[in-house]
This record gives sequence, structure tokens and C-alpha cells, in this order.
Amino acid sequence: MSIQEQDMQLVAASVLEEAKKCGATAAEVSLSKGKGLSVDVRMGEVETLEYHRDQGLGITVYVGNKKGVASTGDLSKQAIQDTVEAACRIAKYTSEDKCAGLADAELMATEIPDLDLYHPWDISAEEAIELAKNCEQAARDVSPLITNADGTGVSTYEGNRIYANTHGFMGQNQGTRHSLSCTMVAEDDGAMQRDYWYTVSRLSKELEDAESVGRKASENALKRLHGRQIKTTKAPALYVPSLAGGFVGHFTSAISGGALYRKASFLLDSLGEKVFPEFVHLHEKPFIPQALGSASYDSEGVALREKNLIHNGVIESYLLGSYSARQLGMQTTANAGGTHNLILESTGESYEDLLQKMGTGFLVTELIGSSVNGMTGDYSRGASGFWVENGEIQFPVEEVTVAGNLRDMFNNIIAVGTDVDYRGSTRTGSILLEEVTIAGQ
Amino acid sequence: MSNESMDIAQESILNAAGLTESHLDQVFSELNYSGIDLADVYFQSSRFESWSMEEQIVKGGSYSIEQGFGIRAVSGEQTGFAYSDEINFEALIDSAKAARAIANLGQSQSVQAWRKPNDASPLYLPENPLTSLSETEKIALLALADEVARAESEYVQEVIPSLSASYEVILVADNSGNLISDVRPLVRMNVTVIVEKNGERESAGFGGGGRHGLSWFEQEDRVRVYAKEAVRLALVNLEAIPAPAGTMDVVLGNGWPGILLHEAVGHGLEGDFNRKGTSAFSGRIGEQVAAKGVTVVDDGTLEGCRGSLTVDDEGTPTQCTTLIEDGELKGYMQDKLNAKLMDTQSTGNGRRESYSHLPMPRMTNTYMLPGEHDPQEIIESVENGIYAVSFGGGQVDITSGKFVFSSSEAYLIENGKLGAPIKGATLIGNGPDAMSRISMIGNDLALDSGVGVCGKAGQSVPVGVGQPTLRINQLTVGGTA
Repeated sequence: MSIQEQDMQLVAASVLEEAKKCGATAAEVSLSKGKGLSVDVRMGEVETLEYHRDQGLGITVYVGNKKGVASTGDLSKQAIQDTVEAACRIAKYTSEDKCAGLADAELMATEIPDLDLYHPWDISAEEAIELAKNCEQAARDVSPLITNADGTGVSTYEGNRIYANTHGFMGQNQGTRHSLSCTMVAEDDGAMQRDYWYTVSRLSKELEDAESVGRKASENALKRLHGRQIKTTKAPALYVPSLAGGFVGHFTSAISGGALYRKASFLLDSLGEKVFPEFVHLHEKPFIPQALGSASYDSEGVALREKNLIHNGVIESYLLGSYSARQLGMQTTANAGGTHNLILESTGESYEDLLQKMGTGFLVTELIGSSVNGMTGDYSRGASGFWVENGEIQFPVEEVTVAGNLRDMFNNIIAVGTDVDYRGSTRTGSILLEEVTIAGQ
Repeated sequence: MSNESMDIAQESILNAAGLTESHLDQVFSELNYSGIDLADVYFQSSRFESWSMEEQIVKGGSYSIEQGFGIRAVSGEQTGFAYSDEINFEALIDSAKAARAIANLGQSQSVQAWRKPNDASPLYLPENPLTSLSETEKIALLALADEVARAESEYVQEVIPSLSASYEVILVADNSGNLISDVRPLVRMNVTVIVEKNGERESAGFGGGGRHGLSWFEQEDRVRVYAKEAVRLALVNLEAIPAPAGTMDVVLGNGWPGILLHEAVGHGLEGDFNRKGTSAFSGRIGEQVAAKGVTVVDDGTLEGCRGSLTVDDEGTPTQCTTLIEDGELKGYMQDKLNAKLMDTQSTGNGRRESYSHLPMPRMTNTYMLPGEHDPQEIIESVENGIYAVSFGGGQVDITSGKFVFSSSEAYLIENGKLGAPIKGATLIGNGPDAMSRISMIGNDLALDSGVGVCGKAGQSVPVGVGQPTLRINQLTVGGTA
């Protein structure tokens, strides 16, 4: 990879030079290359074997405060030149925008720590197929009610990305991502239910055992059989960790710069405001070694740092890039391009404790569709899961919706579990909400 | 297909890469073995451009080039696939060898001469929409939208119009010796507005598009219509009261609410799910799966529509496929692979997001044919329920049949009369079940304005939907009141 790395740096540098020749006063470029392998098996047979090989180049030029953007997947000399010219042509027609430009030079990352993100998986197509078959076989062995499969896949990918700008910043990171996923179908009395499980990591040895992934997929599908609607009611709800991360995502969208400067968020002017209960703490920790969301600089080259987004229930930071920061008269928070490893602190209860604490309510295990109004916080989504009474699961629930207003839902968080899901870029346990409206029969 | 599109495809893809038909012969000599049932090379060369305005200035402009090829080799149910962003002979040969690794190879077979079937009549002109207007004219469209929206109401705080155009040239070569091309323009315009009244804020968007040049937006006052409609929607939402929660009769407006059909039946009738037996509609051809009077088709042949294609991404001409006729399940949507495995013919529904994705059965324009009822009569027939006119999006679990779609403009119906507007809410149902509870079908079939994007297995493709006004008895509405 090292020769290629050097090549990529040379290309990035030449693109910036080319941009200056075209009249750009500042420019930034990102260049990526990646390769991978993915296999899918179904009912004991291979379905697809795919070889991935991707590359891309994106350039943003500034002519004073006018901006132009262009990208290409073709990295030939001619295509790169055409792309740079296209960006400069576009900048002739965009308007002067006082907030446009690179992030300030003094904010560029100067130290690039080794976050240990690159661990290629030396696995052949045959071995990947074998692994997927073992996973699916374990899933099929769970019960005779597991009658069908919707695919079990193994994939491995390695990528190399460079970001450079005319402040002289040039950063490069190389990372890997491997995953194993299994989707099974359970059938009883003519009704079918599908569910899945997956594991993902930058290190192949950290992946969950294949048989375990298969078993969980089947167990999840089986548990959903004979689901029914419940009567329309208001009740507490417990969101499992894989959904809790998405719930936190509604918060991070509402405090992101784009929504704030457009005044398109229900959390306008919320900095310093107590929006959550006292015990809610949300941190961003970008430097966790080997983590999926780790990085040392944001998509503008700005040095990342650890910070609190929520402390004692109070919002301590927005998520800004340099553009939205200038619009708001603030400083970038190094969140151009998003967040890097969010951690919602647990209140100490296990999943079983949380079921007990909920007593009677709705354990939500899947959400589909999204009617979430970022401007008002009004929330309504399709849901399935289980009805719980006295801390015990009673029966599967389907074809219902959960609804509320996110401001109320944030304020009504009762507890955050210790059952953390490490698979997403937000690490959180189950979240228990005091009350949601459930629409059913 | 016109020779013009073939000339463009050969020039911009093969000639540009220094490739000739004899190079393709050599690539297929790597793929034509008796163990391989189907093999194809999909070449794509696309250009995409977008412009947006905000705070009354032109803030964003971007241009992108996407090109490459994907090679697949199919043996039974198994598919080998490799792709490359670089179009050249070495990459083609390497990818062919990688893709064919899936099959147990038998005898090598000879390559036939290339045929260029010309039997599909083009549904759009092979024009490049990126160059169909000057930059100044493109920006004038955005400025017009801004001006119209701001003039429409004093409560408008911000207007964000955007315009995009793509020009896609494809060339498909398959192991039957067919060489098929298509040149696909696609344009889209959207106007988002933010309104504020008495401290309350709301936003809404409206837009349209299709397979045209950008000057299409200059016709029939389209930009004004989009801008005014976006403002109207945002103002309606300012007055919205909490939506009801529970099961009730629902009247769906015509046009875009056809997203119901896309989610409730469309996905469940795609060939791959039915071959695998994982759809709630699997094995039910000939059965009554919807109320009498319900006829649903998928039609890729509508001129200029967003979901239309002269040929699909496997080179098969699109057609109008009847999915449900008078409530009875008639057929599935097929690509070549699933058609072959189910012993039937492709219906021209083999689509892919790009050269780096595998084709699969996908919808084109999916809609329900009209019935006899006047829309007003349908609303008046409902004692207590809701009338939902516009939707944000939807999703389906094809195995359980559960589907959702999110209303973005809806009203209460009280004693047959329209009441207050209600806030956005998710509607949820079971596909076959909901279809059987359609009790009235309007005479006002309309297609959507050309904005649909469908996602499946990580691949997005443009689609269209449509329907007449419908009454569905007892659907669950996910409000809070």
C-alpha cells in the first residue's frame, strides 16, 4: 500500500496545484481508494460473490468567497483535469458567500495519532463462503420453524483516504471494516417473520462467532411469530440498544449546524439548556483505538477533540463545521462530516433491570419508516416488539406505531442500560422512556 | 432504440476507451462456457450536476463524473460479479476472470456476432440535460422559485430551491450476442420553504421532474407551481393539530399517495423475493389479494416519466405489467436471473443503481387504474377518519407484509366533511390485508410529479407512483391524540 499511498498524495497535491492554475484562491480535495470482497449464501448455496474496487476524487474550489464542487470516479489525468475545471466553472456562477471557505488554518490537526484502524483480513473467497455457510447452518439448526433464509453475508473492505487543502494540510487514513450478517425467516401457521443479526469490526478476530450470529438471527425471527396489534394506549417504552443509537441520532441532527443556522431545528438556542434529565451524559470520544468511528481530524482537516455534548442533562456543545459556525457567529466544533464515536453513559441498570423497572410497557425491537419532523420534534414511527407486564415479556407486538414529541421524549428518559451495542458509531445501552403513544387497534 | 443512442454509447464509452467489438469478443471468450447461463457487461458513463440557492444567493453547485463497467457471470442461482471505475481492456479481462470464478466451467463456446436489436421505441430524447440550458438560465429558474415563494406569503422566512440534472449513457453486452444502448436524461427540481408565524416554524417542500431537458421546467409554469405548493404545504402544517392515534377509515388523495401501492404490494411482487419464497405474496398467483375493482400495474413505458426506461439495465425493453387485476394476483416483476429460475420471461424490471451494483427486479412506474367514484363522494362517505393527501416516504417488511408510510399533509374527516389539518404521522398496515380493505376507488387517477426514489438492498433508483383517490377501511394512524 505504501507506493500507492505516495501516489495518492502526489495526485492530491497535483489537484490542488491544478485548481490554483484555474484561478482558485483556495481548494480542498479528498481522494479515496478501496477494495473488498463480499459473499452471500442462501439455503446452503452461494448466491453472489462480489469483488469491489472503488475510487473517487472530490474537489471544492473557492474563488474568493465563491464555491464550486466537483467529483469523479475516473482518476485518469484527463478526467481529473476536467473535474477541476468543472469546479472552477461552477464557482463562476455561485454567489459571494461570506461564510464560505476552508476552515481556519490554525485549527488544522497537527498531530495524527495512530488509531490502529487498519487490520486487513486475509480471507479467500472460499473461506468467506465457508464461514457464511457455517453461520447459516447454525441458524437453520435452531428450529424446524426456520423454513427459509434471506441471505447470510461475509464482507471485508479496506480503504485509504486522503484529505488535503491549500493551507498545506495533508492527512491520510487507512482503515478496514469486516462484517458478517444473517437474515432468517421463521414460519408457522402460514405466517412468516424475518429477522437478522450482524457483527461488524475493524478486526476480523473481534467479529462475533459465526454460529452465534446465526442462532441470534433465528431466535429473533422465531420470537416475532404470532405477533399482534395491541389497543391504542399510552405506555412506557424500552428501546433496545440497536434502536437507541438511532434515537440519539434524532438529537444530534437537531443540534447540527445545518439545521441550526437555517432555524430548522426544535433545539434552536438550546446551548446551556437542560433538555434531558440530570443523569444523561453524552460524550464524543474520537480517539478510541480500533473503533469504527475513530479519526483524528474532521472532513475539513480540523483537529478533533474529546467533548461533552450533554452533561448533567444540559447541552454543552452543538455539532458545527466551519460554514455553519460562521453563519452562527461561533467556532467550528470539528464536526464537519458528522460525529466520531458518541457514548451515552449508562445509569447502571442491566437489560433485565430495565424490564423490571418498566413493569408494564412496550419493548421496541424494530422501527420502520420515519415521520420525524426536525423542526417541531414531532415523532411517529412504525414499530414492532413485545408487550411486557410486570417485567416479563408476554407476547410479540406488530403493526403499531410509537409517537410523541422528541423534546418530551428526551425529558422523559428514565434510564440507560449497561447492555451497550458496540456495532454502531453511537455506543449506548437500551433506553427506557416514561411514556409514548402507541397506536394500534 | 434509436441508432442515435447506439452511436452516442459507442462513441462515449467504447471509442473513448479505445475499445472495439473485437475486444468485446475477447472478453466474452472468457465468459462463454457451458457452466455459465448468463453473462453481461454493463458499461456506464454518467454526468451529474446540481445547483441550489439559499438566503437568496446561489450557494451550491456541483458536478460529477461517474463511469465504469460491471461484469457478471451467472451459473444457476449463483452470481459472480466484479467491477472497475477504469474502462480498459485489461480491467475487462481481469474482471471477467474474477466474475466467472463462481461457476464450474464446462466447454468453451464460440462467440456470436454482435446483434444490435432496435425494437424498443425511445421514451425520451437522447439529449444531455446538463447542457440544455445555460448556467445563467439554470440560476434564473432558482431565482424565480425564490421570488414566487417569497411573494406568496409574508410568513416565508427562507426559500431553498434546488435543481439537478443527470445524463447517463449505458451499453449492455450479453452472452447471447446482444449489444444494447440507452441514453437517459433525468432532471429534478425541488423547492423547500421555511415559514414562521407567531413564533411557530414549519417547513415543506415540493417539486417535480422526469426524463427531459431542463427547459421542461420553463414550461407550464412548473417552477411557480412548485414554489406555491411548497408554501401552501408549509402554511397548512403551521395550523396542524396533533394527529389521532388508532384504527380508522382513511381516504388517500390521488397521485403521490400511490406510494401506498409501492410499499404495500409493489416490493412484495418483485421476482427475487418470490423466487426465494420470502414475500407475503409468494406462491399466491391467481389468488384474491386485494378488493374487487383493484387493478395495479407497473409500467415502464410512460413517455418522459421519472421511472420510465426505454430498456432496463439488462437491455430488455420495458413493458406494462399487470400485477393485480380486479383484486386477483396476476404476475411478478422480473429481471433475467429470477425469470430464468422461475421459468418465465423478464418483464423489463432488471435495474441497478450503477455499474458497481448488481441488477435486481425493481419497480418503474407503479399505479392503480381508476374506478368510478367522484373523489368528493369518497370523502363524504367517511364518518370519522382522515384524508391524507401528501406523504414523505414509506417502508415495507416484505416477509411479514407490514408497511408504513408517513403523511405530510392530512386532514380530519368528521361526518363526511374535511376538518382541521393534522400533524405528520405514520400510517401502518399489512399489505394484502390493507389492499383487501380498499372500499372505494376514485375516477381521478394521477401520477406523482416526478420525485420518487426507491431504495432496496442499498441501491437507489428513480421511480414513479400513482393512484386515484382511495378509501381504505380501518388503517392504523400513528398520531398522539
